[in-house]
Amino acid sequence: MRFAIIRFGGSNCDLDVYRVLTEVLGADASLVWYKEELSGFDGVIIPGGFSYGDYLRAGAIAARTPIMDSVRRMASGGKPVLGICNGFQILVESGLLPGALMTNRYPRFRCEWVNLRVDADSPFTSKFGAGQVIRMPIAHMEGNYFADDSTLGELNAKRRVAFRYVDESGETTPGSNPNGSCQNIAGVLNEAGNVLGMMPHPERASESILGGEDGRRIFESMVEFAGSL
Amino acid sequence: MLYRAEITVGLKKGMLDPEGTTIRRALGHIGYKTESLRTAKQFLIELDAGSEEAARSELDEMCRRLLANPVIHTYTIKLEEA
Repeated sequence: MRFAIIRFGGSNCDLDVYRVLTEVLGADASLVWYKEELSGFDGVIIPGGFSYGDYLRAGAIAARTPIMDSVRRMASGGKPVLGICNGFQILVESGLLPGALMTNRYPRFRCEWVNLRVDADSPFTSKFGAGQVIRMPIAHMEGNYFADDSTLGELNAKRRVAFRYVDESGETTPGSNPNGSCQNIAGVLNEAGNVLGMMPHPERASESILGGEDGRRIFESMVEFAGSL
Repeated sequence: MLYRAEITVGLKKGMLDPEGTTIRRALGHIGYKTESLRTAKQFLIELDAGSEEAARSELDEMCRRLLANPVIHTYTIKLEEA
């Protein structure tokens, strides 16, 4: 089983994800430059960063690079695709996930640990219980998730909201929403459930020395899912 | 024929514009009273096309495919012969 970690100009969480996959989980992973061929992989991760300097809109330029056609093929082939932070922005810009990520309601960069509630069964959350509250860091300026009412209705009805920002007791309060996201949404799934985009950084919460290990469970779930295909 | 286009991309009506709100507040700090302020991005494009309709249709496609995000933006295209 092999995982690809795509690098665009400006990706900067690529090595963190690589370390978690290879050294923490002992999985096989490769860093793939966006001009290289993306084939023979069982899953793909689009890491965080500031691809193309966030020019035009965060993720807009990377979303239109040819390698995204390969990501689309992997997604339609049922393979797991995980976009983290800028990777999430790239996935919504590419149309693989619905909605948009706008400037935080209070327009500043937020870098802090948050509580998330696991709200969906998915290939990325199988190691968590339903409604479990987990912790990991966010680090973004454009993480304010927006979707129109009919899209939000569809996401809720089909249980495609993977994570929401919550307080310690698991409630979605205004105070626990760091960026103004609609309905405290922190991560969403595609219709088939094999594509996840999330603003929080699981790779920064995958070893106890970094302050938490909840993020590792997401990668473990993903690796297990890829192995079951 | 060479055409010159001015494309303006802004947030849909009713959508929050935190940058606009912040700039409006700063205008207030230096003494200007405004009733509203919305930010928008402008693209100045020159392109060669067979007709004005052809130019407009290609520019419209550029907006839909890259320059604007249809989920959150509206856009206007002003076009003239260069």
